[in-house]
Amino acid sequence: MIRIHKRAFMPVWARILVRLAAILAALVINGLIIYSVTKMNPIKVYETMFNGVFGSERRIWSSIREIMLLLCIGVGLAPAFKMKFWNIGAEGQILLGGIASAACMIYMPSLPNGLLLLIMFIAAAAAGGAWGFVPAIAKARLNANETLFTLMMNYIAIHLTSFFVTFWENSYGSGIVGTINSETHKGWFPPLFGQMYGMNLVMVLALVVLVFLYLRYTKHGYEIAVVGGSSNTAKYAGINVPAVTVRTVTLSGAICGIAGFIAVAGQGHTISVSTAGGRGFVAIIVAWLAKFNTFVMMLIAFLLIFLEQGAREIASNFNINDNLSKVIMGVILFFILGSEFFINYRLTRSGAEQA
Amino acid sequence: MDVFITLIQAAVSFGTVIMFGAVGEILTEKSGNLNLGVPGTMYMGGIASLASSYFYERACMSAGSAPSPVLLVIIPMTAAFLAAALGGLIYSFLTVTLRTNQNVTGLTLTIFGAGLANFFGGSLNKLAGGVGQISVAATSAVYRGGLFSFLPLPEPVMKLLFNYGFLTYAAVLIAVLVHIFLNRTGRGLNLRAVGENPATADAAGISVTKNKYLATCVGAGITGLGGLYYVMDYIKGTWANDGTIENLGWLAVALVIFATWKPLRSIWGSFLFGILFWAYLLFASGLTRRSQEIFRMLPYVITIIVLIIVSLRKKKEDQPPASLGLAYFREDR
Repeated sequence: MIRIHKRAFMPVWARILVRLAAILAALVINGLIIYSVTKMNPIKVYETMFNGVFGSERRIWSSIREIMLLLCIGVGLAPAFKMKFWNIGAEGQILLGGIASAACMIYMPSLPNGLLLLIMFIAAAAAGGAWGFVPAIAKARLNANETLFTLMMNYIAIHLTSFFVTFWENSYGSGIVGTINSETHKGWFPPLFGQMYGMNLVMVLALVVLVFLYLRYTKHGYEIAVVGGSSNTAKYAGINVPAVTVRTVTLSGAICGIAGFIAVAGQGHTISVSTAGGRGFVAIIVAWLAKFNTFVMMLIAFLLIFLEQGAREIASNFNINDNLSKVIMGVILFFILGSEFFINYRLTRSGAEQA
Repeated sequence: MDVFITLIQAAVSFGTVIMFGAVGEILTEKSGNLNLGVPGTMYMGGIASLASSYFYERACMSAGSAPSPVLLVIIPMTAAFLAAALGGLIYSFLTVTLRTNQNVTGLTLTIFGAGLANFFGGSLNKLAGGVGQISVAATSAVYRGGLFSFLPLPEPVMKLLFNYGFLTYAAVLIAVLVHIFLNRTGRGLNLRAVGENPATADAAGISVTKNKYLATCVGAGITGLGGLYYVMDYIKGTWANDGTIENLGWLAVALVIFATWKPLRSIWGSFLFGILFWAYLLFASGLTRRSQEIFRMLPYVITIIVLIIVSLRKKKEDQPPASLGLAYFREDR
């Protein structure tokens, strides 16, 4: 018989070792999967992936852009998740931010670019925040299940996006908005340090630091931690749980809205239902695996984007379907998730001496 | 009248997909497992049914024999159920045995299942002849054949009630069976106990692990039949990488809430969702694509309203299983 015990403590190096072992195991399995499809030497597979991600300056920057967007959403989710509010609605909050940004770009093209970007930023944060506010108030006042509520909000947002796309579609009936302000570049991020995605990088890194500080060193952050630990304790300590819930989730939605702003102003320069593209769901996993530490999220976002971009490269080299990247991502996430068991629990033979 | 019949037919076949999904998920959630992998398992069921029937049809063709209708039904159905149940097994192993977070695990399963299905779907399309779409016409024909088309009834009645493929009736039957299982049998009572309060169930000698595994795997298998129906009937034995299954899968999750975890309510709920989704057909002439999008929001909006009303009324029998989403560890206090 094997018995399971809860671990009281595990040194940091051991935690890192367990995770590395999980990633390694997943990479081996993934290598086998790719080998069985491509008959390519598994070592070579990762070499090709590496090339796909870092092969040229352009590729490096497009990887950075993807990492930053995913990271931004993960950072946005962190406050809500830390409070144990399951915000599955990032996808919708991103789209709302995207819609708001695109609307500003389309209706206010005559403003100076800096002012326009500022307005877009505020509008996107407000729209995303509103999309978080609705389920938050339902949770705070009625204790309505937030996982399911935010999930529904995603689909309303998707159809809302299609709705707005029909207003803005370029060439009537095409169903796509196309590049907005493609000549004037109004509402586009200006290049920074000569890099097209420089601003994406700076903005998201700033958010990483700010949210880290907010969660760790402010009164708000402390309240979030207490509510997340036990809402009864929070109530007893005199924390206004409904107010904290609404405030935190609105903030979370607002940051996800900002991610939508970055997706529209900083990379896509258009709006469509795929502006969020499932990133809202992947980011949930990023936030969870990082245990809401925004700096650890950078690592995880990097790992996931590396796999995704790398698998794309393999898929295009071998002319196979790039959904392979999702399979690979799924496998690696299963392994990392499962490995947490060995961090939280330890196995002993029953009858053996107990430590 | 014709429009009305078209609407009902569209609504019923739309509803059948999500009914399978919802009934499977109700069974799963009654064990306390909130499996957000519904779209993923549906995908896995769909692709398994397509691949298996494709290879069977091809084998028959190269052997020069006519495929047997019985096998045409059984092979894809078994494949769909097993592939989806495998998804449920991965989910149960991670959440029950390794105690991972249910939301995150479910979402990962959705990413994984969608990727797997679309990967093989794309490859099958290629295998089927490069430019051409894969098509399992013989299998699809068996699945779409009206089960009751021999009945001598007036045409509108036939079209409204008796012209569907057999899986539509199977879905209703399964919903009724799951209802009976949950509410009229001892094992069903045990399962509900596990979902409400696993510690109490455990103390009463009910195996929490076994119940959670079984309910999740069988539930996922039923969800997979939704994928089977979608592939064989809804899109007539082809494959499309357009993400429709994913949307339907999430709608099935919505339907679970709408039905307040009751299989019988999911029967009419699924058809209602179908009617709402296709309602714009009624006014098709007066509607632009713009207003269609507003109509398509309706199922989700209504689900939210139900969620709010359920939370407001706090009626005991309408609440989600009390331990939904929580891992159980005996030594936790």
